[in-house]
Amino acid sequence: MSLSFLEGNEAIARGAVAAGCRFFAGYPITPATTIFNNMLNLLPPSGGICLQGEDEIASIGFCLGASMAGLKVMTATSGPGISLYSEQISFAIGSEIPIVIINVQRLGPSTGSATKGADGDIQFMRWGNSSGLPVIVLSPVDVRDCFTLTMHAFNLAEKFRCPVFIAANKEISMTRESVDISALEIPETENRVLFSPDSGGKSFLPFDVENGKDVPDFLPIGGETLVRQTSSTHGKNGYITIDSHEIEKSQERLKQKIESNVGDFSFFDEIIKENSDTLIITYGVTARAAEEAVESLSHAAKPVSLLVLKTLWPVPEELIRQKAAKFKKILVVEMNLGQYVREIKRIVSDKKIDFLGIMNGTLITPDQIKEAVYHG
Amino acid sequence: MDSFLNSSRPLIFCPGCSHERVTKVLDKVFVNLGLDADKIALVSDIGCSGLFDTFFNTHAFHGLHGRALTYATGLKMARPDLNVIVTMGDGGLGIGGAHLLSTCRRNINLTLLVLNNFNYGMTGGQFSSTTPADAMGGSGFLNKLEKPMDVCQVAASAGAGFVTRTSVYDDNIAEEIENAIKFDGFSLIDMWGMCTGRFTKKNKLTPKTIDRSLGMLQALKGPVKENKREEYSKHYYRIAEDLSPAKKPACVDAVFEPLESKRQEIVILGSAGQRIITAGEILCLAGISQGLHATQKNDYPITVLRGHSVSELVLAKGKIGFTGITSPDIIIALADEGVKRRYKMLESLDENSLIIKSKGLELPRTKAGILEIDFKAQQIKSFDMALASLSVMAQLKKVISSEMLETALSTRFKGKILESSLGLIKSVSA
Repeated sequence: MSLSFLEGNEAIARGAVAAGCRFFAGYPITPATTIFNNMLNLLPPSGGICLQGEDEIASIGFCLGASMAGLKVMTATSGPGISLYSEQISFAIGSEIPIVIINVQRLGPSTGSATKGADGDIQFMRWGNSSGLPVIVLSPVDVRDCFTLTMHAFNLAEKFRCPVFIAANKEISMTRESVDISALEIPETENRVLFSPDSGGKSFLPFDVENGKDVPDFLPIGGETLVRQTSSTHGKNGYITIDSHEIEKSQERLKQKIESNVGDFSFFDEIIKENSDTLIITYGVTARAAEEAVESLSHAAKPVSLLVLKTLWPVPEELIRQKAAKFKKILVVEMNLGQYVREIKRIVSDKKIDFLGIMNGTLITPDQIKEAVYHG
Repeated sequence: MDSFLNSSRPLIFCPGCSHERVTKVLDKVFVNLGLDADKIALVSDIGCSGLFDTFFNTHAFHGLHGRALTYATGLKMARPDLNVIVTMGDGGLGIGGAHLLSTCRRNINLTLLVLNNFNYGMTGGQFSSTTPADAMGGSGFLNKLEKPMDVCQVAASAGAGFVTRTSVYDDNIAEEIENAIKFDGFSLIDMWGMCTGRFTKKNKLTPKTIDRSLGMLQALKGPVKENKREEYSKHYYRIAEDLSPAKKPACVDAVFEPLESKRQEIVILGSAGQRIITAGEILCLAGISQGLHATQKNDYPITVLRGHSVSELVLAKGKIGFTGITSPDIIIALADEGVKRRYKMLESLDENSLIIKSKGLELPRTKAGILEIDFKAQQIKSFDMALASLSVMAQLKKVISSEMLETALSTRFKGKILESSLGLIKSVSA
């Protein structure tokens, strides 16, 4: 056996490059800075572009410009930077610009603690845009996930032309871990679908969606065919529109293209124990403590089972409903004061739902989870 | 091509608005320069200058208020062959001030046309960063309290390669824009014009008064001599070309039999500058050399040269779940800062734990076994104590052996550093 020893942020950067990322721009912020450092090490020598913006707004703006030129782009920050990205994220959602956004979460609110972890931005990533339209959020548990989920994030951003977040956490991103890189389950790389003039002889309209599809075909700014991009409410020709029918159709499509396809990218892990009537649902670094708790209770009179969600948004409702079906009690554990538990309560309304949430800069321990299983 | 204007999108500016003149002049410039439509990208900001992209048959990118230069920069870096023209008003200029300064400093080959009409036309004539203090507008008396900004002076002092100050009504405006587009670097034209919908309703402004006001300012036209330098994207690619490719992550083979069968937790407690984190990494590599999995979780303050440095390490045969440490097997204690950070943990240790501590360091009362090392007497400096402690562990056959430690050092270091670290671990006596 041969293992490498890397931190989550390096795995994210290497995963991005493996997925075809050619453009990165970021602004330094602990605990995301080492992603920038790694991208600076990886991209420029191979013809890629790595820039440091004057602030977070510029960094993501650079990315949106480069993405419209056809490059696969990524930026990385932490909670305070996501606040500054917010309006550009709304733009990327509404104008269907593929981008991968790494959020290495740290303890908040606000400037909070730069070197402490938390999962405090889970609802913020979903709802931190004007319009409330959906985004995709994937949540890694370890260094392997940092690599492979970042690759999936690129594939999804390309496929659905939307922002895709990696909800990392200081405790994964800046923790080093041994990993067998050769044994990673590498997904096949996907690219945005390019408009082809051969398909039906139609001329290119930047937001035209063929029948049976829910994402417009792409052409880059700078190619032979002229391309329009706009942050204004637009029709399929990329010009501002006030046609309420056209607006309604396009808003609905922006929602549906993400939410109706979640079954294709509902990533998860599970440990199902016989005779257990409690299911722990968790995500991110907390899954590691939960797994230890579940294993150490495997010979107890009442063992417990575990569902680790790696796709958080859109909520994989079908998966959660199906996995929860045979349990009497659900225990949701997260490094915040109760965010994703709202979704679980909404979906699995007929069961007893307990909650363990701690947000104090330390990891939730296996013992705290065991305590909550029995006395929660 | 004799015009790039979009016949299906007629101009919709207020009668008399100077933007209309700029649109027509810009079209003439594109024709004069003999550009191809697919080699032009118009990036427009917000407000009335944000409408420009719709009037032309070129590539177009219209984004958020004040951020046009950010998209233009990404676009230009990705496609250096495009002529990227940015239109922005005095509103976008103010809100995107940081982007303006940085773009000037970068000297990237974009052309910024500042359509300066001294107010926010679209939202009701509120004051902008260029509104004169004595003007009447939509912000009541507030503009009287602020000094208007001289865009050109700001741009020149921020490093813009090309700065021109002009009236929209200047006879040579087409030529000025042509020169700006041809310039290989960041070019900015501050063009003063009239907002007939708002500003000139309450303020006297005519082409003549514009000329008079401009005449009182320092004339700026074209390349700024002291800012002459290589264009940003060319410079970037020239440097990047000579960089060596990034190395793949190092791999450590499992060549030894593991010394321990159960999960081992080790904590190193020290202070900044003691190379605590490097020692933690070395220990993990030594663990990996025996086929173990390893995690390293560090805790340090935001300052670099002061304060605690704590490294928490887990080594185990299988996959490691929880990366936190509650009851460590071995604690290496080297400085007060680190000890204070884990005081409670030290107090709660039982007799199964071993503390390797530097002589003189005070610890809380504990049941753990203690091995004190007089590093000073062995002439080991503070920054070598953590590595020396790993050698102590190896000599005691705790978790790692000396061979494993040597393998780890050879993976991590080369040349003189490797030599001196190998020398150090041999010189330590437990």
